[in-house]
Amino acid sequence: MVVTFSFWTQNYLDLDTTFTLANYREAWTDPLYRELTLRSLRISLVVTVVTVLLAFPIAYHVSFHVHHRKALWLFLITVPFWTSYLLRVFLWKVILGYNGVLNSALLGLGLIDEPLSFILYNANAVVITLAHAWAPFAILPIFVALERIDRSLLEAAKDLGDGPVRSFFRITLPLAMPGVVAATIIVLIPTVGDYITPRLVGGTEGLMISNMIQVQFGKANNAPLGAALAVSSMFIVGGISLLIFFATRKIGRGGAD
Amino acid sequence: MLDTEKPHARTIIELDGVTKNFGAVQALKGITANIREGEFFSLLGPSGCGKTTLLRMIAGFDDPTTGTITIDNKAMAGIAANHRPTNMVFQSYAIFPHLSVADNVGYGLKKRRLPKAEYKREVEQALEMVDLGGYGPRAAHTLSGGQRQRVALARALIMKPKVVLLDEPLSALDKKLRDQMQLELRQLQRSVGITFILVTHDQEEALIMSDRIAVMFDGQIEQLATPEELYRRPVNQRVASFIGVMNFLEARATKSSETHVSLDVQALGKIDIPRAGLPDGMKPEEIHRVGVRPEMMTILIDGAPSAERIVEGEVVETSYYGDMTYYSVRLNGLEAPVTISMRNTAGRAVLRPGETARVGFATDSIIVFR
Ligand SMILES: Nc1ncnc2c1ncn2[C@@H]1O[C@H](COP(=O)(O)OP(=O)(O)OP(=O)(O)O)[C@@H](O)[C@H]1O
Ligand SMILES: [Mg+2]
Repeated sequence: MVVTFSFWTQNYLDLDTTFTLANYREAWTDPLYRELTLRSLRISLVVTVVTVLLAFPIAYHVSFHVHHRKALWLFLITVPFWTSYLLRVFLWKVILGYNGVLNSALLGLGLIDEPLSFILYNANAVVITLAHAWAPFAILPIFVALERIDRSLLEAAKDLGDGPVRSFFRITLPLAMPGVVAATIIVLIPTVGDYITPRLVGGTEGLMISNMIQVQFGKANNAPLGAALAVSSMFIVGGISLLIFFATRKIGRGGAD
Repeated sequence: MLDTEKPHARTIIELDGVTKNFGAVQALKGITANIREGEFFSLLGPSGCGKTTLLRMIAGFDDPTTGTITIDNKAMAGIAANHRPTNMVFQSYAIFPHLSVADNVGYGLKKRRLPKAEYKREVEQALEMVDLGGYGPRAAHTLSGGQRQRVALARALIMKPKVVLLDEPLSALDKKLRDQMQLELRQLQRSVGITFILVTHDQEEALIMSDRIAVMFDGQIEQLATPEELYRRPVNQRVASFIGVMNFLEARATKSSETHVSLDVQALGKIDIPRAGLPDGMKPEEIHRVGVRPEMMTILIDGAPSAERIVEGEVVETSYYGDMTYYSVRLNGLEAPVTISMRNTAGRAVLRPGETARVGFATDSIIVFR
């Protein structure tokens, strides 16, 4: 439905259902939309990278250094993430805000003279909040991939002369790659389209394309343009995901096969 | 003595009072042994006796609780697996699934930063050594079990280690392939001259392949000897029944002189044995059990070639193996049947259960146990 909508035109109160590409032209050429799309992509790519980089050591620790009750550990690690999404966003707002917990603490400790303002109502806040929100979804696939690595492979690598760092990059990481790719895609896709987080903690600098889509469907009352924006970003995200998928698959195989 | 034994070779691995505790479990209770350079050495014993534990400590994956391991005159305490002159062939082979066959084999060489051409040549040579020439570009996951085993072996040999450690390398293969690999592995070891330490629970495999065998039970070495010596002169009943088949019979000494001991053996009667046949330091009055191997007894048919001594019994069961027949015979005056093996020569009849058998044996085939 969204796709068909995107080829129509909005005339104040009614829809002109003749086929047109005008919405797409506007979506792809208007500097505002382009800027928002690029910012969305930038933010979500950063979110994805940050999330995966945070998730990997956690998953690694549980998989390799916890020997009993791994499931319980995983559960405990992910418990903070099962609270309501909105609640968590507000929580971050309280923590990161101008008079928030973080600033008060830093002021109280005398580490800063005036509240830090770069942490809320901008892209940084969006990144922190989203990375926190999606961490469990990144931890799980990476954990599963790490669990599936036959430990005798690591012993074999050691036996053949590898120290821990070398065997990590030659064995562990390539074999965990499917999990890392899954985590990347799982985080990337929903964060591009997220509109609650940027609205609440992003300020004007932190607004993303999805907020604009929401505006087009709502206040601006131009559903076809909103639909065109939505479809466009869907294609871009899909393309990037496929790119990541194939690129890492090639690297993971080491060129063989 | 077999010519394969190398009594004058220098010691490459010295195990001195090695113990290992896993919590309350004492997996190894003091292992002391010297392994000689260039020999094919086997650790043989039933499941759970500590073979893998010992091998892993030699490789450096685990540390002894007490005792020392010396390899090539260097104490190994505190030296990690990646710095030891040993390489392992894992039971699961541990082939890296994301690498090609060539990359698997060359894995350990990469660190040495050889010129590309030399690296390639080394890998190809190693592959040829295990009959996998030309397999280099293949993906590891396309290999059969036997081929994986060869890749694992090539990957270890290419490192030119002082010692190759093999943990039940043949147990995952089917019988035919296993028999073939036993011989190949043996030949390969001879041609490269590297010390091999093989872990196995298959006594036949150990006998076929090894220069010397350490028989382990419950975390201890019970006997360390050549295959022939193990078979002919097992030190105790445990070793005797683990290596091949052994018939045990109750016995006691009735008379002893400077040179001989007279035994009264269940079902076999009076037998004189030389005193030298007793285990070291054993007194005649301590004798209560003797053994005789199945092939040391003969079933005499139609009064054909006679034997030193003859007793009678009833055939309980017959197992026909083509070249051999195994008989279960209940000797007169004995409750449990004994096992007798006979070579099936041309024209030789096979006795059926229920028939009476005349069993011949030589008195010098009797083994006395502690
Ligand atoms: N990591 C460990 N933690 C606790 N106990 C262990 C560990 N490894 C081995 N053991 C125990 O030590 C004993 C010897 O084990 P080991 O694996 O060396 O036996 P094995 O002779 O190789 O047997 P198998 O033929 O079944 O492989 C066993 O009782 C085993 O349960
Ligand atoms: Mg074992």
